[in-house]
Amino acid sequence: MATHEFAAPASHAHAAPQGFIRKYVFSLDHKVIGLQYYFLALSAVFVGMFLSLVMRIHLIWPTASLPLMGEIKPEAYLSLLTMHGTIMVFFVLTTAPQGGFGNYFLPIQIGAPDMAFPVLNMLSFWTTFLAFLVMLSSFIVPGGAPLHGWTGYAPMSALQSSGPGEGLGADLWIISIALFCVGALMGSLNFITTTLDMRAKGMTLMRMPLTCWAWFITAILGLLAFGVLLSAGVLLLMDRNLGSSFFVPMGTINGQITSHKGGSPLLWQHLFWFFGHPEVYIAILPAMGLASQLLSVFSRKPIFGYKAMVYAMLSIGFLGFMVWGHHMFMSGMSPYSAFTFSVLTMAIGVPSAIKTFNWLGTLLRGRIRFPSPMLFAIGFVSLFVSGGISGPFLAQPVLDIQLHDTYFVPAHFHLIMGVASIFGIFAATYYWFPKMFGRMMNESMARWHFWFSFVGTYAIFMPMHYLGMAGHPRRYSQLTEVAYLHGLIPLQTFMTYAAFITIAGQFIFLFNLFWSLKYGAKASDNPWEATTLEWTTTTPPPHDNFGGHTPVVHNGPYEYSVPGAPRDFVMQTDPEVAATH
Amino acid sequence: MGLVLLIVIWLITFVSTYFFIAKTWWLPAGASALAPAIDHHFTTTYIVMGIVFVAAQLSLGVLVWMYRDRKDARKAEYSHGNLKLEIVWTVLTAVLFVGLNLMSREIWASERFRAAEANAVRVEVTGMQFAWYFRYPGPDGKFGATKPELEDASSGGEGALGLDTTDPASKDDVVSGIMVVPVNREVEVILRAHDVIHSFFVPAMRFKQDAVPGLAIHMHFTPTQTGEFEIACAELCGMGHYKMHGILKVVSQDEFDKWLASREAEKQ
Repeated sequence: MATHEFAAPASHAHAAPQGFIRKYVFSLDHKVIGLQYYFLALSAVFVGMFLSLVMRIHLIWPTASLPLMGEIKPEAYLSLLTMHGTIMVFFVLTTAPQGGFGNYFLPIQIGAPDMAFPVLNMLSFWTTFLAFLVMLSSFIVPGGAPLHGWTGYAPMSALQSSGPGEGLGADLWIISIALFCVGALMGSLNFITTTLDMRAKGMTLMRMPLTCWAWFITAILGLLAFGVLLSAGVLLLMDRNLGSSFFVPMGTINGQITSHKGGSPLLWQHLFWFFGHPEVYIAILPAMGLASQLLSVFSRKPIFGYKAMVYAMLSIGFLGFMVWGHHMFMSGMSPYSAFTFSVLTMAIGVPSAIKTFNWLGTLLRGRIRFPSPMLFAIGFVSLFVSGGISGPFLAQPVLDIQLHDTYFVPAHFHLIMGVASIFGIFAATYYWFPKMFGRMMNESMARWHFWFSFVGTYAIFMPMHYLGMAGHPRRYSQLTEVAYLHGLIPLQTFMTYAAFITIAGQFIFLFNLFWSLKYGAKASDNPWEATTLEWTTTTPPPHDNFGGHTPVVHNGPYEYSVPGAPRDFVMQTDPEVAATH
Repeated sequence: MGLVLLIVIWLITFVSTYFFIAKTWWLPAGASALAPAIDHHFTTTYIVMGIVFVAAQLSLGVLVWMYRDRKDARKAEYSHGNLKLEIVWTVLTAVLFVGLNLMSREIWASERFRAAEANAVRVEVTGMQFAWYFRYPGPDGKFGATKPELEDASSGGEGALGLDTTDPASKDDVVSGIMVVPVNREVEVILRAHDVIHSFFVPAMRFKQDAVPGLAIHMHFTPTQTGEFEIACAELCGMGHYKMHGILKVVSQDEFDKWLASREAEKQ
């Protein structure tokens, strides 16, 4: 700690713990906590994926009897989609990129020995873990998991008798999300403080890797968004159990008059989407940062437009809080505000497009290597473009009339916030696995995994656009009732088969992960010849990250192929090279 | 590997684009006054975004192939970017995206910024788990009062809506399980919901609007073709969401008048 410019609190200097419990379970070490988050997300993603598999089977063979589960009833289908969405958005897309990799690598990449608040860090993980258990428990209570979708629109979510699963299952769902918010808020505070206060000497903000910028901006979004969702969740619990009427007007359910009056269903939507839209960026910003990082590393070229990338992420974060109304064009919200939200939403396409241009600019005149992390980064760019392109359709209220709540919407958000972000998680796994575990992952398995995932996800989600244009509403458990859907069943069948193949490919990844832990080739300290600080320390990093000294930074994070340099990369800790910006 | 990536990315691009261009699955045929304008703007957006999509994917494929590491002596270019280019593409995308948006503004305004015309046919559309009911005000032009405590879904029709039969205005109200409207005349729909949010979606009319408990939302559209069109619920409303559909029957003014008169007669 000697070279630090600040007096670190005593908790940073915690000695390496010896007992198993303190070392691996209730650990204060950000690296262990990062791995805990990662494995939590890994369990969650396989649960979420399994749910989607059952949904795809049910859509095509609605009366099929599945092993252990029997026939899937329409209400069970809605429980599956609710839990699939909730688990994927919260416990995978929010947990792995930020809680997992952010926790592990933010301190190392800025040259800090740990997070600013290690105890808070441990608490935030265990709160998230508890939230996950509560979420899963809603499957096994009477009535099962809720039906109201991951967006939990009131009054359906606020009335216990609006359907099976809206009893105890829905309460547990809300409690789980509230707990998750608490964990995420603690995490956000920690990330922001760490980034601002714990950077090593010479690590100016504009020398931070773009991954750190992404985690930092994501943390700010989390701090502002999760608080609102937490409050909304508490109000919803009160409506359900204490007789308040925040979200429920006077009305009936199942022919019975409810005891509520005067509430507004639209209020829930405003609160939910005030969180929900920034949440999209919480999921994708870390992947954007990582893709920028990897494209630069493996093109052996500085990132194209570092500052533009930072400003683009900042403006995405800023604008992200002003566009939530585009989820509500058909909700009964004023048509005048729809227009305002629409213009702002189109505006957010601009920084997204800048990022895409800069990624392509980074590849231009590079010397591109194709190890598995790079394949997934290139896949990310392709998916980001494909998912982004449908945005300007949905952002225009006139077109949203036809497309809102059809399959066009899941097509859009699965490609961009789902699959593209997950490609970010895969890329990060292949890239940092050697640093985390000291071994390389098997490259041929990784390539097979890439091709299955890349082609497979396009095969699943591209046809969803066609369904949406044809007017196929979302969240239909059976396709037999509405006549104009009959002609679309072949497309649905194709998507189900594509899902089988894609999911099969994911087991290659799972196998590779555990196989490589034991049998992977030994990794050197810097196997990718990259420049950022995690590659200056040993593999895996020691408890205090840099073995008793603090690195001093002299260079930007993307100094590749510098003319006159002995190697094609200049580490951030190497003597300063003349900047030729 | 660069070549394989190029081939796969290009193939994905061409196959996806083919199905868009061939219109194998496309918007259902429009049958309302607004449909041509919406479809035209959809096509414009589709062409613009389609060009962006194809250009970006094809360049991605070309770049990874052209600049693959060939183990020769060539070094990667040492460049941190190009401010001029950044400004050019920022301005271009801003103009493109905001321009598209402004083009669609007129259509949105004509649909949503004005009240229905005075001579529009008024139909109250009520969604409840899991059915749609359609109410016509009758010759007096007034909808009778409805009361939640009178609702009885099992009795269907007026009972399901909770129509207060003691209200004189309710005497000539007609409640129907299908929606019948005359062609080429504006229809004003008044959307309500009893229990949870539903969404009234008629793909052929390019019409969609949520029906929200506690709100009476006024909207309008003008059918331009006779025939039967399907209504689907587009907002998740519970276990029967998938079967909450209805029929919109567009007929000539004569047929409409006869239908309404016969329903009035049945009632008396």
